[in-house]
Amino acid sequence: MDSIALHPIEASTLAPQVDLLFYALLAFSFGLGIFLTVLVLGYAIKYRRGSKADRSGERSRNTILEVSWTTATALMALGIFLWGAELFLQRDHPPPDSLHISGIGKQWMWIFEHENGRREIDELHVPLGQPVVVSLSSEDVIHSMFVPAFRMKMDAVPGRQTQLWFQATRAGTYDLFCAEYCGTQHSEMRGHVVVMEPQDFAKWLASGPTVESLVQQGQALFRGLGCSGCHGPSATVHAPKLEGVYGHPVGLATSQTVNADDGYIRDSILQPKKQVVGGFDPIMPSYQGLITEDDLGKLVAYIKSLGNSGGTP
Amino acid sequence: MTIAAELPERGSYFAPGWRLRDWLLTTDHKRIAWLYLSSLLTFFFIGGAAATLIRLELFTPAGDFMTDDTYNRMFTLHGVVMVWFFLIPSIPATLGNFLLPLMLGAKDLAFPRLNLASWYVFMLGAAIALWAMLAGGLDTGWTFYTPLSTMFTTDNTSIAAVGVFIIGFSTIMTGINFIVTTHKLRAPGQTWFRLPIFVWTLYATSLVMVLATPVLAATLLLIVADRVFGIGIFDPAQGGDPLLFQHLFWFYSHPAVYIMILPGMGVVSEILPCFSRRPLFGYKFVAYSSMGIALLGFMVWGHHMFVSGQSTYAGVVFSFLSFCIAVPSAIKVFNWTLTMRKGSVTFETSMIYSLGFLGLFVFGGLAGLFLAALAEDVHLTDTYFVIAHFHYIMVGGMVTAFLAGIHFWWPKMTGRMYSERWGRIAAVTSFLGFNLTFFPQFILGFNGMPRRYHTYPDEFQAWNVLSSAGAVVLALGYVMPLFYLGYSLFKGPKAPDNPWGATGLEWQTSSPPPKDNFAEPPVVTEGPYKYELPEIDRPVDHK
Repeated sequence: MDSIALHPIEASTLAPQVDLLFYALLAFSFGLGIFLTVLVLGYAIKYRRGSKADRSGERSRNTILEVSWTTATALMALGIFLWGAELFLQRDHPPPDSLHISGIGKQWMWIFEHENGRREIDELHVPLGQPVVVSLSSEDVIHSMFVPAFRMKMDAVPGRQTQLWFQATRAGTYDLFCAEYCGTQHSEMRGHVVVMEPQDFAKWLASGPTVESLVQQGQALFRGLGCSGCHGPSATVHAPKLEGVYGHPVGLATSQTVNADDGYIRDSILQPKKQVVGGFDPIMPSYQGLITEDDLGKLVAYIKSLGNSGGTP
Repeated sequence: MTIAAELPERGSYFAPGWRLRDWLLTTDHKRIAWLYLSSLLTFFFIGGAAATLIRLELFTPAGDFMTDDTYNRMFTLHGVVMVWFFLIPSIPATLGNFLLPLMLGAKDLAFPRLNLASWYVFMLGAAIALWAMLAGGLDTGWTFYTPLSTMFTTDNTSIAAVGVFIIGFSTIMTGINFIVTTHKLRAPGQTWFRLPIFVWTLYATSLVMVLATPVLAATLLLIVADRVFGIGIFDPAQGGDPLLFQHLFWFYSHPAVYIMILPGMGVVSEILPCFSRRPLFGYKFVAYSSMGIALLGFMVWGHHMFVSGQSTYAGVVFSFLSFCIAVPSAIKVFNWTLTMRKGSVTFETSMIYSLGFLGLFVFGGLAGLFLAALAEDVHLTDTYFVIAHFHYIMVGGMVTAFLAGIHFWWPKMTGRMYSERWGRIAAVTSFLGFNLTFFPQFILGFNGMPRRYHTYPDEFQAWNVLSSAGAVVLALGYVMPLFYLGYSLFKGPKAPDNPWGATGLEWQTSSPPPKDNFAEPPVVTEGPYKYELPEIDRPVDHK
């Protein structure tokens, strides 16, 4: 035992805010808990049988008292609720300049992929001071990415994409845990998050094994899996073109409109008949089971890149 | 009210016989309570043994005592056995079974044969689930989360799920029996607001049992269907959804938490007034808050899923509702506390257990505020903080209340007294052992140690060692009653009909009661807690 854990390191912008709430709750709980304990023990001792305490004027109900402590409890509860909820709502709104990393959980390891295609296992390198969004998915069962030093946790659920974001405030190496029980080696599904100075991070990112970027790999898959046969610029099949789609509203055959985000692109590959674009026949086959989470991420990255360019890169 | 003790000698419910068939074919609710009590104690010690092995493994950071698969099976066994074979039936099936008809002035429950059937169904389900877990092993955790349980574990999952499915019917049978009994078999004059709070809490519990358990049954069947027929309801590759399982599971399992704690609240509501010689403070508020808890308990299940991928706004709504349920729980605590005020307090064993319950329930409940607060839960969920929180409620609260109730009604159930001295020592020992075991787990959780970890980083060891040491003290506290209560069964002094001078109807019949409970049907003319201060403590103007 080299040290005794008392208080986890605060290494993200969120951590001190969550801890403020924690210590406020701790003070409140101990305050109320000790008050009640003293009251219970105090009454027990003061009114023990045979004591000289004054017992006149006792009553066994007091509606005003009941209403007042009910109201006080309700107001305290409402206050804590609002505090916790307000902080929680930040989760949905990562800053626009965030770095995007995709994270995949599988029994029993974490795989991370950076935008330039650099992959790492059970380690995640991130720059200091820049917001990072990790898009999570799972190859098998539910996992949960948990970085105590960031006070951040999110489940990785098979069949859907979830995300978490954080902004590291302190360079160093921190524990990364799987927090959702995922089978035999659940407790071995651990790793580290390494927070680096931005210039070191840039160096690290560039120095990795030279692989193609996610977009380039996605482009290769786009051809390899036959997507380009219908969606490519020279295709003759009547299928929607994908240039300029990402990030824009798409009109559906049901005359509803949906925003083409990561989730929509993903769904359209796996369950193409779910949300068909208006004016097209539902002829695309499902790629469910034919494509790994890993490759799916690359395809989405490629289609995303088409959205920004407005033309084939 | 007539005092039954003055009536001529009658046979006790033990009189009809001690042959095996006198027990196994009985329809007497008091004997069935004993059938349940002996089975539940066996399961409690099986679950406890699993917990002991878990704490032994966690003594060091490495996995040096069991393999990871064994460890996973051990915490699954601990969870399944403790939740379904002990906590859910604990107080209702034992003390509730024994006392409900007595407290209502009835001869038996409304459906005596259904009552016996419920025990057989319970034992059948328990035997199947236990066999599945011991023979082959079940490593899904008691929560059976999909797709781990549907696609990635052994075949025993289906068998264990069927076992738990069967146990559910036993729960429903008990619930229906209690509801009908409370409605139809109250003694003349026994209006709703003359019912002891224990009856109120059993009634609230029964409603939850009847309404929530079918959802568990459906959920478990879907797991079996997914595994056996591959219907894919929880499989995303077939258009299913793993989160659907969590919604269904917690729709049952959160109300089930209140099945586990409400009867405990009822027990201490009987004991605190008795040993304070004061009526229960705010009786109606305590009664209504039980119903409030039962109702709100159905609307908070999503607070188990704040980081599951459930929508953020659903999380906000569930967090709000979870804070709402804190209110009726707090009301109870305040009323219990004030019950002692200006009383004449004595410290019998069951009172010490009840005071212990109060302390542990308060701190366990306050820890719940941390988990209901959204941003805080993101950090704390699935860590040891959660383990500590629910053990404070389930063990510190419910098991302590169970022991309080067993000691309080022991003279009525057996006709024997036990050693108060040993009783007090056991009560204090388990209180200290409990805190030593579980308080360190709050700190572990805040520092980020995830639950269900077979191995862990070194910095968590100190608190784990402390927790494991505490478990030894706690185990000692739980084993002690076996000895002095066992001794009292055979050698204890004969118990008077009302050793504590308590006011409930159950104390007006003999100890132990006759087969039909009362020599003549009692008539109720006043509320349940007509306690008066003893002579020496009466204020001067009353003397």
